[in-house]
Amino acid sequence: MSEERVGVYVCHCGSNIASVVNVEDVAVWAKEELADQGVVVARDYKFMCSSLGQELIQDDIKEHGLTRVVVAACSPHLHEKTFRTACNRAGLNPFLCEMVSVREQVSWVHTDKELATNKAKAMIAGGVERVVHHQPLEPLHVPINPATLVVGGGIAGIQAALEIADSGFPVYLVEREPTIGGHMAQFDKTFPTLDCAACILTPKMVDAGAHPNITLLTWSEVERVDGFVGNFTVTVRKKARYVREDVCTGCGICIEKCPVKVLDQNFEAGLGYRKAVYRPFPQAVPKYPVIDTENCTYFKRGKCKACQIFCPTQPNSIDFEQKDQFIQIQVGNIILATGYDLFDPRRIPQYGYGRLANVFTSLEFERLCNAAGPTNGDIVLRDGVTKPKSVGIIHCVGSRDRRYNNYCSGICCMQSLKFAHLVKERTGADVYNFYIDMRTAYKDYDEFYQKVLEEGVHFVRGRVAEVTDAARKPGEEGKLIIQVEDTFIGKQRRIPVDMVILSAALQPRADANEVAQKFGIACSTKGWFIEKHPKLDPVATMTEGIYVAGCAQGPKDIPSTVAQGAAAAARVLGRIQMQELALEPIRASVIEEKCSGCRICNDMCPFNAIIFHEDRMVTEINPALCQGCGTCVAACPSNAITGTQFSTEQIMAQIEGLLMFNVEGELIREMAYA
Amino acid sequence: MKYTYYPGCSLEKNASAYHDSTMAVAAPLGMTFQEVEDWNCCGAVEMMAIDKMQAYALISRNLALAAAQTPPGQRMVAPCSACFLNLSKCDAHLTKDPSLAAKVNQALAAGGLHYTPGRVQTRHLLEAVVKDVGYAAVKAQVKRPLYGLKVAPYYGCLIVRPGFLEKFDDHEYPTSLDVLMRALGADVVDFPMKAHCCGGHMTQISEEVALGLIYRLLKNAADYGADVIATICPMCQLNLDAYQENVNKYFGTNFRIPILYFTQLMGLAFGMEPTRLGFGKEFIDAAPALNKIGVEPPERSKPERPSKDALPMPVMPEKE
Amino acid sequence: MTITAFPTEAVARAPRTFMQEVIEDTPGGNPRLEMCIQCGTCGGSCPSGPDMDYSPRRIFAMIEAGMREEVLRANTFWYCVSCYLCMVRCPQEVRITDIMYTLKRKAIREGYYRDSSASDAPDFSETFVDAVMKYGRSFELGLATRYHLRHHPLDAIKLAAGMGLNMLRRGRMDLTPRRINNLDQLHAIMDKAKEISQAERAQIGGGA
Ligand SMILES: Cc1cc2nc3c(=O)[nH]c(=O)nc-3n(C[C@H](O)[C@H](O)[C@H](O)COP(=O)(O)OP(=O)(O)OC[C@H]3O[C@@H](n4cnc5c(N)ncnc54)[C@H](O)[C@@H]3O)c2cc1C
Ligand code: SF4
Ligand code: SF4
Ligand code: SF4
Ligand code: SF4
Repeated sequence: MSEERVGVYVCHCGSNIASVVNVEDVAVWAKEELADQGVVVARDYKFMCSSLGQELIQDDIKEHGLTRVVVAACSPHLHEKTFRTACNRAGLNPFLCEMVSVREQVSWVHTDKELATNKAKAMIAGGVERVVHHQPLEPLHVPINPATLVVGGGIAGIQAALEIADSGFPVYLVEREPTIGGHMAQFDKTFPTLDCAACILTPKMVDAGAHPNITLLTWSEVERVDGFVGNFTVTVRKKARYVREDVCTGCGICIEKCPVKVLDQNFEAGLGYRKAVYRPFPQAVPKYPVIDTENCTYFKRGKCKACQIFCPTQPNSIDFEQKDQFIQIQVGNIILATGYDLFDPRRIPQYGYGRLANVFTSLEFERLCNAAGPTNGDIVLRDGVTKPKSVGIIHCVGSRDRRYNNYCSGICCMQSLKFAHLVKERTGADVYNFYIDMRTAYKDYDEFYQKVLEEGVHFVRGRVAEVTDAARKPGEEGKLIIQVEDTFIGKQRRIPVDMVILSAALQPRADANEVAQKFGIACSTKGWFIEKHPKLDPVATMTEGIYVAGCAQGPKDIPSTVAQGAAAAARVLGRIQMQELALEPIRASVIEEKCSGCRICNDMCPFNAIIFHEDRMVTEINPALCQGCGTCVAACPSNAITGTQFSTEQIMAQIEGLLMFNVEGELIREMAYA
Repeated sequence: MKYTYYPGCSLEKNASAYHDSTMAVAAPLGMTFQEVEDWNCCGAVEMMAIDKMQAYALISRNLALAAAQTPPGQRMVAPCSACFLNLSKCDAHLTKDPSLAAKVNQALAAGGLHYTPGRVQTRHLLEAVVKDVGYAAVKAQVKRPLYGLKVAPYYGCLIVRPGFLEKFDDHEYPTSLDVLMRALGADVVDFPMKAHCCGGHMTQISEEVALGLIYRLLKNAADYGADVIATICPMCQLNLDAYQENVNKYFGTNFRIPILYFTQLMGLAFGMEPTRLGFGKEFIDAAPALNKIGVEPPERSKPERPSKDALPMPVMPEKE
Repeated sequence: MTITAFPTEAVARAPRTFMQEVIEDTPGGNPRLEMCIQCGTCGGSCPSGPDMDYSPRRIFAMIEAGMREEVLRANTFWYCVSCYLCMVRCPQEVRITDIMYTLKRKAIREGYYRDSSASDAPDFSETFVDAVMKYGRSFELGLATRYHLRHHPLDAIKLAAGMGLNMLRRGRMDLTPRRINNLDQLHAIMDKAKEISQAERAQIGGGA
């Protein structure tokens, strides 16, 4: 006979649970059959999470002197906090409350009512068996370092950094490229308002570069992250620039004098050149150039040094001896804003990119339009001089396709409309947009579509089958022929054009998985960072203290990117203001005497919470880092690790309860106090 | 390397040039073939239109017979793309759908046969040459390189699509035959239509439609300056070769592009006598084109220097 | 929608939609027809597209709409040359070519093809198959003459004088059919297969 006094509460969840599980029967059963396990009250109620439902528990705690509470309802993800708080209000330690998920794990996944009811009973029995082994716990309190790390200096990272810095707190902005700005810096105009991208972005870049609270670490990457929410220690590799930031004035003479021209695959999207010592674009922040050692003659052959010879500063700013530096910084919170990569359309050979000269990617086209780009903003064919008389723009290249990315990239329709407008405006060419569905949701976007319609752009509803130079009929010679079913008329059409633009998908960064692992957060199978809740917590992650913003979390346009950057900053500021953080005390801990020092658990922790003391040959778990996942508990061959609330005893007790019925629903084990 | 060999109906007569040249090049490449005993027609693209059970049973009889004479690990080779597709697709479907396999075996049992799905793996001859023999071994046999011969490598549909078992080459822009032809010393022309359809049985259903399909291919090969088209399928060969004159009549063109099996070109490069390789059976005489083969590699015309205004082309991944 | 190849009794009793019928009669697992988003990639890719009275995409919309007769009367699937281009390009991985075969079988079975503009095509398939059934191998000369005599008597003469003669002259056509040895075995297998097909159709109705 248990000494504890347990209350069991079975929720109907409207009809969510009650339509499949006979909740009344379950409650009656629990009171009768689980009395030996300590159950003194058992009730069912329409909505346990309502104030009235919570009061029911509170009143019972007081009246019946309950020492343990089991709530059979939705998932702990949603309402564990609600019921724990209710217990706390009635003076019961919140950790003496256990939730059993009879909605997600029973009513939503089963149809047979009788079996489902039995399963609910078994799960409640497990919950009861387990809760009696719970211990009262106190939350852990940790101080919060007010500094923040922002990784990625695209518009998302810049926005987040500025918000936090403007509120008076220090920010480290780490960017792997020589300059901040991200993709937006490559664009000419931005939809839907057609503001010049540089005009709205560069002021923010300058602000971020000059802000007293922002430490800009460009040409840098995060090597390692240790610690935990409130107290991260981050090691940043500052790659050698071979240019001394303390003396360089950014005059650009070195760039001018450098004899080596390099195809710029990055900023110019392969459409233009830079030098071996370079600054991606004139308004780069910071202004200091970088030497690209792979192409620099001096690094390759030990001769040249033109940049050094011509550098006018005293002392000389060019320093061929510079080495990578490792910097350690302390921060309380981290925002990941690493953005996206563009889908490589070479993967769809029938669109001809790379084979047919006048097929361009969307990013190439942005550079083509850009007044600071390789053609000074002239929209011309690959020969660099001919203006196209007709242009086809293909939507959904690599998006909405199970073979590549089965999601909609969200921005391509609008970006394609923007291109249509720019081509029309600057060349007067005939423009054809080929689309599956026109997706112009959100403010002023459909209006933009209307405007482009007015401009006389042709719209063909159909996903393009192929782009070819194989002429079949007169009029096709020397052209690119776009073959498509015009689905409105139900006929195949071959439309000859001079230029084709592929609106390629936005994809997760190629290294997204490694980055996620480094920061201990989760990635979708595709590689987008997973937010804590897709609707209600879109910028936090399952790892405390780590936030995501911008396209790193999923494809989106600039307005949403900026909104997320600001939202992540607001969440971080909220944290910083709290100064101290209460953490769930559900943690694993090592019983030192039992630890054999085998180190099996050491590399298993997804949160890097395990440290090994070489001197004593024992493992220790950092309680502030540990998230209580239990991986190590299960792994330890010596049973030396226990999890609070997840001790072997507790788990075994729960299993005992669960094994009441066999799969046919027959009672196979009478409940007896173990 | 030993193979079980499924020739298919075409190779018996219509495409005997393919069969002969295959046998001729097999020896130097170290390939030995053991023909499936008493094989039957694979049903081409027709059987599936009539009755799916019979279609699968017809193909499965071949698979069952092949299994009986194929030691584990040995592959079956089919030189015809349609046969290859039918054999590999049937095997894939039987593997995927056990209830279908059960029914097919019920039918086979009426003839005292049984087939275990997945037992015999079929490769197209090109795939076997490229993957099992390898380009280097082919190159090593070349005695009379096809210098100066402009070859348009033509894959057709069924070997690159839809790709059961494993995907052998790109669905849209395959390159294995290109590389093979280059190994023979030939000058491979870019041929955008290289994996487009030859019309299949359309010549029998609507000659007008079929001629349109064939015309596209011939025109494209001609536009790119091909002397010959290398093919890997009897159906493709027949359509492009036997109907070339009709295309010329219908479209007022004057194409004279010989359509040769890739094995014939291999044999030539290996220094074999054309008669051994089935030359002479083609409708469009191959002799004028083959006379172009030079003894020396042709002067590589220097790639045109792009003008100083030109924008750079996208960088393509290295092939081969 | 759940699709089972052999529906349980409960499902079998409910009238099957034309869509379900087509899906269930397509071998090799679910052909994903219900996933079509009407993008037109198939219709745009199809080499015979310009000659079809409805593009594959439209046929799929018509199947969804339950337009059974119009679908089975179409020439679309008869003009399909089985090139699989649509199938490898379809962003939804619909097994289009396999569905084309299903529609061919249905159209023959239900006699609709006679109304289609490609009414000769099924006869060609049947003539071809007849030879295979009879000899175990295909027989080009027999096929060509029999089929052409039936459909294009004038062409048949032209053919005999032209293409056929050329084929014969080049030694590319047999004058008499080749036979396999164990024809009895083949016939036994084919008869049994036919029996299974018929039983299957009787069980679920309308199968092919
Ligand atoms: C062709 C095209 C046109 C577009 N036009 C428009 C438009 O007109 N209007 C609009 O609203 N949206 C447009 N978009 C969408 C827009 O690009 C994105 O919404 C926006 O750029 C996302 O910003 P971001 O900061 O999230 O990502 P990014 O711009 O990708 O920035 C991420 C930054 O993080 C850095 N980084 C990445 N990984 C690391 C790492 N591991 N460590 C350190 N730094 C790292 C990168 O170098 C980069 O600077 C367009 C997109 C494309 C492809
Ligand atoms: S390194 Fe020297 S030359 Fe180059 S930008 Fe800086 S100051 Fe100017
Ligand atoms: S040393 Fe390198 S970076 Fe400097 S000018 Fe020479 S090539 Fe350019
Ligand atoms: S390509 Fe696929 S999704 Fe598109 S219309 Fe055809 S079947 Fe439907
Ligand atoms: S498989 Fe048939 S329907 Fe599909 S593209 Fe080829 S011919 Fe057209």
